[in-house]
Amino acid sequence: METLKYDPAIFDLDVTPLREINQFLHSDASTLNGKSVVIENPNGAHNIAVGLKAELDITIKGHAGYYAAGMNQIAKVTIEGSAGSGVAENMMSGVVHVKGFASNAAAATANGGLLIIDGDAGLRTAIALKGADVVVGGSVGSFSAFMAQAGNFVILGDAGEGLGDSIYEAKIFVRGKVKSLGADCEKKTTSAEDRKILADLLIKSGHADVNPDSFQQYGSARTLYHFHVDNAGAY
Amino acid sequence: MSDDKTKDAVHKTPQTTPRYSATFDEYTNSEIRRAAATGIYDIRGAGSKRKLPHFDDLLFLGASVSRYPLEGYREKCGTDVILGTRFAKKPIHLKTPVTIAGMSFGSLSGPAKEALGRGATAAGTSTTTGDGGMTQEERGHSTTLVYQYLPSRYGMNPDDLRKADAIELVIGQGAKPGGGGMLLGQKITARVAKMRCLPEGIDQRSSCRHPDWTGPDDLEIKIAELREITDWEKPIYVKIGATRPYFDVALAVKAGADVVVLDGMQGGTAATQEVFIEHVGLPILAAIRPAVKALQDLGVYRNGKNSVQLIVSGGIRNGADVAKAIALGADAVAIGTAALIALGDNDPHLEAEYQKLGTTAGAYDDWHEGKDPAGITTQDPELMKRLDPIKAGHRLANYIAVMTMEAQVVARACGKSHLHNLEPEDLVALTIEASAMAQVPLAGTSWIPGVTKF
Repeated sequence: METLKYDPAIFDLDVTPLREINQFLHSDASTLNGKSVVIENPNGAHNIAVGLKAELDITIKGHAGYYAAGMNQIAKVTIEGSAGSGVAENMMSGVVHVKGFASNAAAATANGGLLIIDGDAGLRTAIALKGADVVVGGSVGSFSAFMAQAGNFVILGDAGEGLGDSIYEAKIFVRGKVKSLGADCEKKTTSAEDRKILADLLIKSGHADVNPDSFQQYGSARTLYHFHVDNAGAY
Repeated sequence: MSDDKTKDAVHKTPQTTPRYSATFDEYTNSEIRRAAATGIYDIRGAGSKRKLPHFDDLLFLGASVSRYPLEGYREKCGTDVILGTRFAKKPIHLKTPVTIAGMSFGSLSGPAKEALGRGATAAGTSTTTGDGGMTQEERGHSTTLVYQYLPSRYGMNPDDLRKADAIELVIGQGAKPGGGGMLLGQKITARVAKMRCLPEGIDQRSSCRHPDWTGPDDLEIKIAELREITDWEKPIYVKIGATRPYFDVALAVKAGADVVVLDGMQGGTAATQEVFIEHVGLPILAAIRPAVKALQDLGVYRNGKNSVQLIVSGGIRNGADVAKAIALGADAVAIGTAALIALGDNDPHLEAEYQKLGTTAGAYDDWHEGKDPAGITTQDPELMKRLDPIKAGHRLANYIAVMTMEAQVVARACGKSHLHNLEPEDLVALTIEASAMAQVPLAGTSWIPGVTKF
């Protein structure tokens, strides 16, 4: 097995260029699997730890800029600060944990894996979600879950305006207030199966103490699935 | 008056012939009736069908006493093109400047995508994915495959991103700049639905904006992300619909594009509103010079390694169009509609079937309905069997070879040893409109409206 160039894998973004760190993190998975990596002094840099595809456990010691852990596969990434726009965008698998707050479009189009945000999240959280799980400990901004196609989106706080606009088959669980629902999004009764999904996500995201029955579920009314003259006002 | 007298009067009074209104023409009236009956806008495929100022309105001057031509068959006239020299470790090398535009699996059948891959590969050029992701048919049969990164991100995954030879970040397309894609339920089969993560049979509305960036400053970060993920190997194209080409191209370059793809309103779509296709955007003729000006002003036009290449599309049909687009400043062109016709779309031998669909060969554009008798714009398993991807691929390769040779004929006649040596000075315009848009003189004059005085 090829010896790792960086061992122990502690990077200082003040010293090592981002491009070099990311290329190292894209090394052959067999050399990376099981490895822990620490990235110090992120100072809001964009595109940290994007395109990972190995069993890595990465800790970003501070705030990350746009697209942190973008398109993540398999890896676990912890941001010990806040994250800029598009954290874990298009994630396929793995876990991304933001200990602070997240800006806009967190988990945009994410296909799989779990994004945990301990604080609040901005506008368009889980926009066009395609199958991932997203748990937000705080509140989310307006237009969250816009056109969300699949996956589960748990909000422990409140949601802004237009929640779930034009939503497809994604499931939204909100514990607090919803300012307004978007087109074709409606309240749902939580089935036993959905309650289990919610309860499991609360445990996985460090909210085992929160009662799953304190959430209201939302989803698609499925009235906009086909173009029809009667829906003209909704488009 | 008695009946007899009335008849006499009619007989004697000269009648005007029935007169159709130029404003309320036959098509307009049929659209009013269609709208009144259905209450919903017309959706169709293809690009603008109206008469527009186009490459046909330009002519090459050719060589004579003042210019020296090249021998038609003996002297070299290069056609190769390199795309993505600025930042990518692995630029794209093509044998011909004619590339295949992005068209989705979903809008097109699997055999059609395979045929495009086979034809492009045989011709030494690239083909491009579309909304809905990369299929094995396509990757397997395409030596050079450009992966589109679209607002909907349907089927987008990092494994396919890494398998691509180049990435095309799509902001818009000529048929519908400012609009998202549309794929109606008839074509959302189980396979298409699974690739796009949608319920089967729904009318899919693709988003018109990217979900995780807004504006040119964000775009720069997004392009950087794609580069980081692919370790700076792959050229990144930015595709825009022709609207404000000077500013849009300048911003794309500033955001870090390696290649700009500029699509005029004649460029086709799988499905969108007729009103969008015909009334939004610019014809490609009007867009090329401002785009080139932006590249020149930013110092990235034909400037060695630090160049941003320009691919133009929208109504490219033959080698003359290719040569004219290049003479106006493009590095390459892309064909979509023309490629489908080469595969067998709208072929007269299927006339009886087009009639059954209420249309005629050459006019069939209800691609969204998925009933294409040629087996190209369909997901019907029986219809798609009609397209032989090997034979159709051969036809496409032949067609691209002809276009390339035609462009060489013109270039040699102008005395150029490479297609890229063609220049605006080789062209004149037949109409004032084309002269103004292409910024070449009206034939027989030195007048370019808006540039020189008559």
